[in-house]
Amino acid sequence: MTREKGKYLIEGEKGKWEVVIGLEVHAQVSSNSKLFSGSSTKFGAEPNTQVSLVDSAFPGMLPVINEFCVQQAIKTGLGLNAKINSYSVFDRKNYFYADLPQGYQISQYKNPIVGEGKITLDLPNGTKTIGIERLHLEQDAGKSIHDLDPSNTYVDLNRSGVALMEIVSKPDLSSPDEVNAYIKKLRSIMRYLGTCDGNMQEGSLRADVNVSVRKEGNKELGTRCEIKNVNSIKFMQMAIIYEAQRQVELLEAGKSIDQETRLFDTKKNETRSMRSKEDAHDYRYFPDPDLLPLNLNKELIENIKKNLPELPDQKKERFINDYSLTAYEANVLVSEKEISDYFEEVVKTSDIKLAKNWIMGDLFASLNEKNISISQSPVTAKKMSQLIDSISSGVISGRTAKEVFEIMKESGEEPNKIIESKGLQQKSDPKELEKIIEKILTENNDKVEQYKSGKDKLFGFFVGQVMKISGGKANPQLVNQILKNKLKK
Amino acid sequence: MADLTKKSLTEIVSLIKKKEIKSEEVTNLFIKNIENDKKLNSFITNCNEHAVKKAKKFDKNPKLDTLLPGIPIAVKDLFCTEGVKTTAGSKMLDNFIPNYESTITKNLWNEGAFLLGKLNCDEYAMGSSNETSFFGNVINPVAENTVPGGSSGGSASALAADLTPATIGTDTGGSIRQPASFTGTVGLKPTYGLCSRWGIVAFASSLDQAGPMTKTVEDCALMLEAMAGFDEKDSTSINKKKENYSKNLTNNIKGLKIGIPKEYRVDGMPKEIDKLWENGKKILKESGAEIIDISLPNTKYALPTYYIVAPAEASSNLARYDGVKYGFRSNKGTNLIEMYENTRSEGFGDEVKRRILIGTYVLSSGYYDAYYIKAQKVRQLIKNDFDESFKKVDAILTPSTPSAAFKIGEKKNDPISMYLNDIFTVPVNLAGIPAISIPAGTDNNNYPLGLQLIGKTLDEQKLLNIAFAVEKKINFKQNLNRWWEK
Amino acid sequence: MSIDKDKIKHVSKLARISVDEKKIDDLTKDLSSIFKFIEQLNELNTDKVEPLSSILNEPLRSRKDEINDGKIRDKILENSPKKNEEFFVVPKVIE
Repeated sequence: MTREKGKYLIEGEKGKWEVVIGLEVHAQVSSNSKLFSGSSTKFGAEPNTQVSLVDSAFPGMLPVINEFCVQQAIKTGLGLNAKINSYSVFDRKNYFYADLPQGYQISQYKNPIVGEGKITLDLPNGTKTIGIERLHLEQDAGKSIHDLDPSNTYVDLNRSGVALMEIVSKPDLSSPDEVNAYIKKLRSIMRYLGTCDGNMQEGSLRADVNVSVRKEGNKELGTRCEIKNVNSIKFMQMAIIYEAQRQVELLEAGKSIDQETRLFDTKKNETRSMRSKEDAHDYRYFPDPDLLPLNLNKELIENIKKNLPELPDQKKERFINDYSLTAYEANVLVSEKEISDYFEEVVKTSDIKLAKNWIMGDLFASLNEKNISISQSPVTAKKMSQLIDSISSGVISGRTAKEVFEIMKESGEEPNKIIESKGLQQKSDPKELEKIIEKILTENNDKVEQYKSGKDKLFGFFVGQVMKISGGKANPQLVNQILKNKLKK
Repeated sequence: MADLTKKSLTEIVSLIKKKEIKSEEVTNLFIKNIENDKKLNSFITNCNEHAVKKAKKFDKNPKLDTLLPGIPIAVKDLFCTEGVKTTAGSKMLDNFIPNYESTITKNLWNEGAFLLGKLNCDEYAMGSSNETSFFGNVINPVAENTVPGGSSGGSASALAADLTPATIGTDTGGSIRQPASFTGTVGLKPTYGLCSRWGIVAFASSLDQAGPMTKTVEDCALMLEAMAGFDEKDSTSINKKKENYSKNLTNNIKGLKIGIPKEYRVDGMPKEIDKLWENGKKILKESGAEIIDISLPNTKYALPTYYIVAPAEASSNLARYDGVKYGFRSNKGTNLIEMYENTRSEGFGDEVKRRILIGTYVLSSGYYDAYYIKAQKVRQLIKNDFDESFKKVDAILTPSTPSAAFKIGEKKNDPISMYLNDIFTVPVNLAGIPAISIPAGTDNNNYPLGLQLIGKTLDEQKLLNIAFAVEKKINFKQNLNRWWEK
Repeated sequence: MSIDKDKIKHVSKLARISVDEKKIDDLTKDLSSIFKFIEQLNELNTDKVEPLSSILNEPLRSRKDEINDGKIRDKILENSPKKNEEFFVVPKVIE
């Protein structure tokens, strides 16, 4: 693998290869009840307690669509700059599996609710636009549990019927890093909109990864393989790396790629063919006769558009303009809605420059260290504001603030209280400082002479001494000012 | 009152409302008749105890302001009835006891009626002679060895033999109207969406409709009034105000226009049917209606269209019968796929399997456009034909069936000849419009024949009125020799 | 177009119905005659016709996002041929 001008390439024995990746992301819609039934969608319930007669496909049961799920799909489509289709159809996708009680999944085939759109990725070497092919609504399946009994499978239908949005990208992704950026951006947009919580550990977001390779510079697409149901970004990247390498090796050996569905084995770190899908997929899609076509009027869509919250890209632009942030800084601060909300609360009252540095620096480091999210941190936005204000107003120095922060991140104590109780206030009385400085200069006369005759580095020595005597509390700016005055040649 | 069971539903309701008879007496009389069901085999499950209990409860505190106060009613075994086995005529559901009630039956019970039993039918409603049921053939009370029609054969047979005062069936391609014609009774398929499909074992979702099967048109109006209504649990249920079909029934049809479609005169149609059709026209004219010749040019393509669309939907609707959640599960097979294959091969009968295979085929890759899409296009043409005609007429008069009841086994080995039974009824389901079959006379063997009236969407009142007028004039009387009681 | 045994075997696999070797000849005959019958539709030119999208002239009705169902595990499991207190139980799939 080499990176040429930011391009991701695989180095084969006979030349360089590009990787072409398309993602089909399955995102669970945030809603109270399921797509076609009134059962709850809450994660973690006891098996089969969130299942209705409709969900378990009893004879004579019929679907009725959840209007909120439709709205969530529209919102997501708008967030992807996509066309909302005013006419869409629900189709049955027919196949047999133990966790598919109806023997078909209600999905959308030829007429999805959302058409083409795009996502802009922020990459280290610039931006890249990834095309979205479509978004459609469909039912999730239940869960088959294979490891509780040696000869039987247990079926839990809690998840059966939960609304999913399937978001299909165009094959515009070309590297594992781009896949990371894509998933993160998509997730961020949906979290901003409140349409999907993007919680990959709980299965709210999974992806099927389509991978193919082609010789560098070639415009045609090679045969692709689909790696199904990958539920973490790390695994997606590993699967892509393995699969691309596998395909390059096959092609360089003169063999061809079989278009097939594969699984990523997380223990062995490799993809393998799914042998159980014998006669390929003949899903026999046809419009579900228990439902009618979905017609969306312009007013509904306009209304939703009007009430959309600010999206990451818009917020980024605004942050750059209003807060004079760089593109990089803005990116970081809008990457999660919680972070951007935190930042904006802090800068309502506190210094912007200090805020961005403290949040992106010390705060983020503490989050990583404890593996928590910003909303779980004991350092709330209010407390962060307080800390920054105490630096701005000269109560403490920047260096002291770091000490205070160390305490705050563990205990969640208010910074003012910490400063009070530990007497960490800066010494900012010029008279007091003058006294200390006079003393030092007097005691180190020889060094003063040396400084005056050119040894500029000794300035730091004097500062150090002041700090030593003041127990680190001397106001550094004042110290500098006074020292400079006194050392004027 | 031994003759009570021969009376119409309307008459029995009137007697109960006038307190001239008790529900328990009515119920016991029907139960006595049911004791002789063996040769007819119209019942799959008897609910005698339950019915008597309900009747007694009713009599203790009679609520007389309902439509069907204290009336015991047996229903086709396709309607899920809570706590009572519901088999759909299949081995697959032989042990299935639903813990929920279908909307239609719930509507009947809300009007004061109660369950008398579950009636035999073709398996999963697939058939035109009630010869595909896992629980054996149903015999037409009209003559030993004849079929009652299907798929609501048990319903029609029980009704004609006075084993239930009225009943309900389902009609996907003619399954109410054709057995009504074969047994000399009245059967109505309402407008698609008028009656809820929730809780009815689904066969073909865009065609299935529940409907009343009764002795008279008046009874039919009463039953429809009790059954029909919006159901929010069914996305294909029409949200319209309830109508008083019964109260507004009239035989005044002066000025109405009745269409006679030339395409319904098929080659080789028995002369008796033609005669009855002509008689029907005459009666309508005498009643003040105007007869207009119309054309429904795509009629002959209705049956092939139906035999693509219905199996396609059925193949998908029956995929849920996999032995996992309910019903029969084969104990052969060591893995999931084997379990599925064995369960479905053993649980389904031959006709059902045939239709599932046809349906799977016409939806499969490479054939979908040529078959399924093609059929949906022709379906649109058939619907257009009716829409065009209904600009000129209020209703259409045709024969119900191309023949009277045939002998058991006569058509079993030739699927096409069996399918042809539905040639006059199928176009109606494809267009989603209402139609009713009323007994119009008999053939040379004295077997009943029906006339069909087809109406506009949601125009049931007018349809019932026309049927009422014709019925009065025809005055069809059936005196069966009750051979099954001997 | 005629239906041959291989097509029938393929379709029966899709439908998860196993066809008895003894019965397959009769089945082939029956299905062939049925397909011949339904192919009458090819007589009609339908190039300019839109397939029927819905028999009803109504908008798709929707419901509010309320939790008003579920929590009936006993009812859901009680009809299952094989189950335990919490799950449906089926034979294993062979991967």
